[in-house]
Amino acid sequence: MITYILRRLLYALPLLLGVNILTFMLFFVVNSPDDMARMQLGQKHITEQAITNWKQQRGYDLPLLVNSQADGLGQLQETIFYQKSLRLFSFNFGLSDSGRNIGEDIQQRMWPSLAVALPSLVFGLLLNISVALMMVFFRQSYLEFSSIILCVVIMSISSLFYIIGGQFIIGKLLMLVPISGYDTGINAAKFLVLPVVISVVSGVGSGARWYRSLFLEEIEQDYVRTARAKGLTETQVLFRHVLKNAMIPILTGVVVILPLLFMGSLITESFFSIPGLGSYTIDAINSQDFAIVRAMVFLGSVLYIIGLLLTDISYTLVDPRVRLG
Amino acid sequence: MKKIMLFFCLLFLSACEQQVWNNPYPEQETKHQAVLYSSFSERPRHLDPAKSYSANEYAFIGQIYEPPFQYHFLKRPYQLEPLTAKKMPEIRYLDAAGKQVSDSKAAVYTEYLIELKPDIQFQPHPALAQNQQGDYLYHHLSAQQLEKITRLKDFQQTGSRELTAADYVQQIKRLVHPKISSPIAELMKSYIVGLEEYAQQVKNEPRTTLKTMEISGVTLLDNYRYKIRIKGHYPQFIFWLAMPFFAPMPWEADAFYSQQGLIDKNITLDWQPIGTGAYMLEENNPNLQMVMLKNPNYHADYYPTEGEQGDKEKGLLKDAGQRLPFIDKAVYRLEKESIPYWNKFLQGYYDASGIASDSFDQAVQISGGGEIGLTPSMLEKEIQLQTAVMSSISYMGFNMLDNVIGGTTEQARQLRLALAIAIDYEEYIAIFMNGRGVPAQGVIPPEIFGYQSGEQGLNKTIYDWQEGRARRKPLAVAQQLMQEAGYAQGIDPKTGEALILYLDTAATGPDDRARLNWYRKQFAKLGIQLVIRATDYNRFQQKMRKGNAQIFMWGWNADYPDPENFFFLLYGANAKALFGGENAGNYQNAEFDGLFKQMSIMPNNVRRLQLIERMQAKIRHDVPWIFGVHPKSFSLYHRWYQNLKPNLMANNKLKYLRIQPEQRAIARQQWNQPIVWPLLVGGGLLMILIYPALRSFQRKAKETVAK
Repeated sequence: MITYILRRLLYALPLLLGVNILTFMLFFVVNSPDDMARMQLGQKHITEQAITNWKQQRGYDLPLLVNSQADGLGQLQETIFYQKSLRLFSFNFGLSDSGRNIGEDIQQRMWPSLAVALPSLVFGLLLNISVALMMVFFRQSYLEFSSIILCVVIMSISSLFYIIGGQFIIGKLLMLVPISGYDTGINAAKFLVLPVVISVVSGVGSGARWYRSLFLEEIEQDYVRTARAKGLTETQVLFRHVLKNAMIPILTGVVVILPLLFMGSLITESFFSIPGLGSYTIDAINSQDFAIVRAMVFLGSVLYIIGLLLTDISYTLVDPRVRLG
Repeated sequence: MKKIMLFFCLLFLSACEQQVWNNPYPEQETKHQAVLYSSFSERPRHLDPAKSYSANEYAFIGQIYEPPFQYHFLKRPYQLEPLTAKKMPEIRYLDAAGKQVSDSKAAVYTEYLIELKPDIQFQPHPALAQNQQGDYLYHHLSAQQLEKITRLKDFQQTGSRELTAADYVQQIKRLVHPKISSPIAELMKSYIVGLEEYAQQVKNEPRTTLKTMEISGVTLLDNYRYKIRIKGHYPQFIFWLAMPFFAPMPWEADAFYSQQGLIDKNITLDWQPIGTGAYMLEENNPNLQMVMLKNPNYHADYYPTEGEQGDKEKGLLKDAGQRLPFIDKAVYRLEKESIPYWNKFLQGYYDASGIASDSFDQAVQISGGGEIGLTPSMLEKEIQLQTAVMSSISYMGFNMLDNVIGGTTEQARQLRLALAIAIDYEEYIAIFMNGRGVPAQGVIPPEIFGYQSGEQGLNKTIYDWQEGRARRKPLAVAQQLMQEAGYAQGIDPKTGEALILYLDTAATGPDDRARLNWYRKQFAKLGIQLVIRATDYNRFQQKMRKGNAQIFMWGWNADYPDPENFFFLLYGANAKALFGGENAGNYQNAEFDGLFKQMSIMPNNVRRLQLIERMQAKIRHDVPWIFGVHPKSFSLYHRWYQNLKPNLMANNKLKYLRIQPEQRAIARQQWNQPIVWPLLVGGGLLMILIYPALRSFQRKAKETVAK
């Protein structure tokens, strides 16, 4: 197992390097340091000298990939690529173009993202599984058909509609919770109710339908027939046998997204003014703060790779037949 | 089932207790303090007064930092008055040898002597905390001390000291330090004597050495007096002295914030200001909220006792002579989207709001006579509407270096003029701005010296004065001009096909498509085919710098209330493609340039007005711009928000404003009673739906056993 994990981690290095090179090309070739300086310095009274100063202070006056004026390793090290992109491998995200410590910001903003994403995931999972089990229990009845139609309707509507509609009905018309905002500690709870409810409801259509198909696949298996032949009730069959065996794809599907919960949701955070990493990325894109965007792309890739690794490991936990070699 | 019913009953009962459930603020905060609630959608990039240069940042630092002068809150036209200065500066004109001359035209240098009021204290701040021996407590933080620090509040001790002239001098030095990258560094180097040389001297020095290195043109006379020597005669310099760029900065701030341990924790001068203003930044969490508190050390400052005509009748002098500020605390919440902001404003959780296009019809109605008023739902809540024409202009510019549309030939001028007549900005304002704009008649916006309203200010090349109002000339006039220019019915004689013109723009969003289509139609009225070259803002800027654009749209927002700040956009020596200046259309005309030079150094008088009229006439004739729109801001305020008067120049308006928290608390209570019955009905319906399912479940389970 340890050898496998080490091997996977080693595989991850060239993958991350590739992501790094790609984002570097995108940000520095398409958008030059001069453009960044102009963006940060504003639009009025900007001179070439001011741009040169800005670049010098932030190390953007170096060559992009190779510094022919330096000696030895310096040729590679004294470049923007080394200073700005390779440094990310040590999780040193440096300063944003506006001068803030990105690492510190990420540490602060990942918790609000998690505060929305984790309950949404847990409640969503419980609801989706319950609805899916119910549909399977009442399979080939009007209850199942109407549930499927409802699921298709729910999944066909844009998530933005749920957000605006939810804010309008629950926040504005019924005045049950604040429309948007966030607070620290326990005070955050009242701000989380609405985004979590919306997130769970908007996801139930696709989630329940997917789990239903997993359960239906299992329910036709021989072991289920045997269980029924033993005289087990349909409820016992569903909960003791079908659910347990369908847990492999459910668990692996959940584990892969666990690390990404920190990254937050772009739209939800933006509409509910939740100061998480999703809105952090959106802000950075809007203000063309590429130091932040680079860091977030890198972090997203790392977390995704960790997610995939955890998925593989979780296989061994839920299915004893799987061995990682 | 019983438990669920009990829950709904409790929910219903608790709703009957007159509790408000949707209050986004801590309860104790809202009832007892005069707190202003506002928001920011994008976190400010800089709060260092040497770096900051945008309106959303000035909303904060304008309240914290105090330059020597400020704009009078009520008087119009805008007037400067002393803030921390004892009086307006003594201005001396000097010859090359440094001797005083009486004629400003003969001045090689101008000297501003500024004297400060005594007994002005800085806000309490850890950078100024000293022990009994007079040593600064936090200027050399150890790793152990830093471990316990995550926010500025974590410092247990704070200190203060008196504001001195040295603090103003320190800030001028900071403008050119390369690590600070002030946006006006290069501009000021060209005015302040010795600043260029000083920039070279401090190029490789840390910020902490600024205190000991002197600028030849800025002299510290004593604790309360300093003088600034500038090159030539530049009367607009006084306006710069009312901007945060020239606010004081204690050297201790640079010493304190230069510590790497604090920088790593995002505790920097760019995020944690230190000033003498009416407010201090108590919390700066741009990820959540920014909170300003009344500065306990704020000096004696009083609400103005006089204003312009009509102010008294509007109740704007009720607080005359009262000690400032009135608001105890200002909370700015992160609010990224306009819809939630608008809804929270209607619930009374924000005190003021702009009007987004989505909510315009809900808030404003325009009568048949064109009068603007609030809708009944707004009037019911006693919301106040305030409108103000902004000190800015948006325009369509022509690249005068272009060989089709630019240049000084009569053919090109007629083509530009025809377009200026054909593009119907009145329609544009009605369609795209909900009427929130004034068609521009010239370069200068309202409330700036030189602006003339009515027939006197009419652009007669484009409009006629009929029945007491400006009417755009008929399209036939434009078509006639096209014919005279050699483009009859828009046909280019070189190709025999429709003349093709190119509009470069950075407007690439989905909302911009309709606008660009509208422009195409305006050009098509003359038979011209308009090709839109949309690109990102960086590429657009690059094109403009290189003079590669043909037609473009741009705008300017006043830095200060002087016509020079608008006419310089057309001054030849500022041509963007040639000299890197702000004259984006690269317009050059010797007569105009001569007039500009004269006008820019004159005081506001009849002679200056005459020169301005001549300059306007020249621009109207040559048509390097199609004057677009002076945007009009529409703001809504709740009834508990007082002392409201638009002031587009002042950055420190917060101290004059008043909030009535009791009125607000009552309104919030009234407007936000939770409605629970739909929940109960929904719950009941759910029960009705679940019950047969449950019965069916039980039946089916039994059936399985039976099988």
